[in-house]
Amino acid sequence: MTKKINKLQKQKKAGLLPKSRTGINGLDEITGGGLPAGRPTLICGAAGCGKTLMSIEFVVRGALTYNEPGVFMAFEEKADELTMNVASLGFDLNQLIEDKLIRIDHVHIERSEIEETGEYDLEGLFIRLGYAIDSIGAKRVVLDTIENLFAGLDDQIVLRSEIRRLFQWLKEKGVTAIITGERGDNSLTRQGLEEYVSDCVILLENRISNQISTRLLRIVKYRGSVHGTNEYPFLIDEDGISVLPVTSLQLDSAVSTEPISSGIPSLDTMLGGAGFYKGSTILISGTAGTGKTSIASSFANATCLDGKKCIYFAFEESPQQVIRNMRSIGIDLNKHIKSGLLEFHASRPTLHGLEMHLVAIHKSIKRFKPDIVVLDPVTNLITVGSVSEVKSMLIRLVDYLQNEGITVMFTALSLNNTFNEQTDEGISSLVDAWLLIRDIESNGERNRGLYVMKSRGMGHSNQIREFIITDEGLELVDVYLGPDGVLVGSAREAHILREQTGQALHGQAVSRKDREISRKRKLLEAKIAGLQTEFESVEEELNKVYLEEELKHKIQEDNRMEMIQKRKSIKARK
Amino acid sequence: MSSSPQYRLVLFVSGASPNSVRALNNLKQICEMHLKGNYKLEVVDVYQQPELAKQEQIIALPTLIKKSPTPTRHLIGDMSDRVKVLRGLGINPSDIAI
Repeated sequence: MTKKINKLQKQKKAGLLPKSRTGINGLDEITGGGLPAGRPTLICGAAGCGKTLMSIEFVVRGALTYNEPGVFMAFEEKADELTMNVASLGFDLNQLIEDKLIRIDHVHIERSEIEETGEYDLEGLFIRLGYAIDSIGAKRVVLDTIENLFAGLDDQIVLRSEIRRLFQWLKEKGVTAIITGERGDNSLTRQGLEEYVSDCVILLENRISNQISTRLLRIVKYRGSVHGTNEYPFLIDEDGISVLPVTSLQLDSAVSTEPISSGIPSLDTMLGGAGFYKGSTILISGTAGTGKTSIASSFANATCLDGKKCIYFAFEESPQQVIRNMRSIGIDLNKHIKSGLLEFHASRPTLHGLEMHLVAIHKSIKRFKPDIVVLDPVTNLITVGSVSEVKSMLIRLVDYLQNEGITVMFTALSLNNTFNEQTDEGISSLVDAWLLIRDIESNGERNRGLYVMKSRGMGHSNQIREFIITDEGLELVDVYLGPDGVLVGSAREAHILREQTGQALHGQAVSRKDREISRKRKLLEAKIAGLQTEFESVEEELNKVYLEEELKHKIQEDNRMEMIQKRKSIKARK
Repeated sequence: MSSSPQYRLVLFVSGASPNSVRALNNLKQICEMHLKGNYKLEVVDVYQQPELAKQEQIIALPTLIKKSPTPTRHLIGDMSDRVKVLRGLGINPSDIAI
């Protein structure tokens, strides 16, 4: 981000081309800031690909957002027709005209009413346009479609030179102009003239493949500026035009180490304790009926319970269906929809082309600003595109989501044929965490085993867990590795029972031994006590002898002392 | 002949550009020759009254608009093609040739 800003500042310093923002979603990103300010831009394309709409949105957005009034010179539609056409996009042209922010001038040319009687020029058009520009101080001008002049007037040489002069004159006027043109057979426009005199050429196309139409935009040239050169899909809906700058070329999005719970505590443990990383890409693949949607819903549920927002794109089931099915495993999604934390978008993949899906997804994400996004299942998109197309679409989606720090969870259906395994691999290199649910068949039953195939940057478990769907939600159980291999389902239960029996028997044996020991200890303790008393009596006996001896000794000593005393006194008497 | 002229013509010119000057001269000549006393010619400089350009749907200059008799017609150019001018005014050139 800062890099980008620096670049922009550098551009400004170097006196590079000033640009005029279109205000059209995404177009300013592709053009690096908008159309060349004060210069003419050509928008060309076949009928019905959105030229008029794009140009009128340019004028309206200019008037509303950038305070740049605009003149719309219509050669095809009348002012009231235009007003009606764009009312569906929420633009009130009449109000804008009243506010002197927009001026619409319908140019009516009817060949049958015109007689050419000699030399002429288009000065009338210039004066008319100049007057319109000056009357509202317009900064933006649209001429839609200028080649209608060729249908109304005969003198090609005059027209060509006058149109050339018109482009020059627009530049001198300093207005940012859009000229629209019908696409020609071998050139961008029918006259093959406008594209040369325009400073920027944008080509619109409506391509149909597999009976699905996609609108595409490409910048053919842009004098004095770098620009995105790819074909970008765009969408026309009630908010106007949205173009999708699809690929970011750098891998420099910020990463987070903040964990986000999967909603299944035992799965979190498998993933190193806390769950996925925030902003990571998670793929859940598995065969049909293995519980991919359940995992995805559980993830969505946990996020919403956490007070965060989630968008769920369902390509297979309707929201009601998902909600009903999830209620059976104790997940109430309806509550989150009501509280506005969860949003469902269900559409058939065949509704529109792959690119349009991407645009639609982008738009919803931009509007809703979710913390996580769930796509269920991405493999269904194969019906509208090839494997590589789906992959490139997902790469772009992942790019975008990573930039925004949004966690995304894809589910993918894998069958046992090579075609779909490819899809897995195609996507798997792109994701940060990959959970695989596989059927484990044994003893006449089918059980689900969950593998953590990869989880970047986490010490994740290498073990297969049995994945159980209960009324209270999802659970992971350690599988038993018995002598016959991995035990799941009832075999596992049987093994547990067997183990429990063994444990009970074992426990009883242990307690019997314990009692024996305590008995022995008691016996020994009694013996010790006896010996102790014996010892005490002996000790006392010994003590008695000792004391008597001492007493005797003392008395003898006393007697002896007395004797000495007596003898002394006899001496003294003598 | 009625008191009010049958032909009401408005010639739009762009200042004194060569085409405009030529158109005015040519037109006057034609009118004097074919519609003498039966026309009213008004000359408008679009530079002076640019708002009229939108109102009258002017694109090319010079333009002559035949307001009456109906149908309204636009004649553009310097009026040098006399046959076309007469056709535009609704005058049959063969009538005149006789």
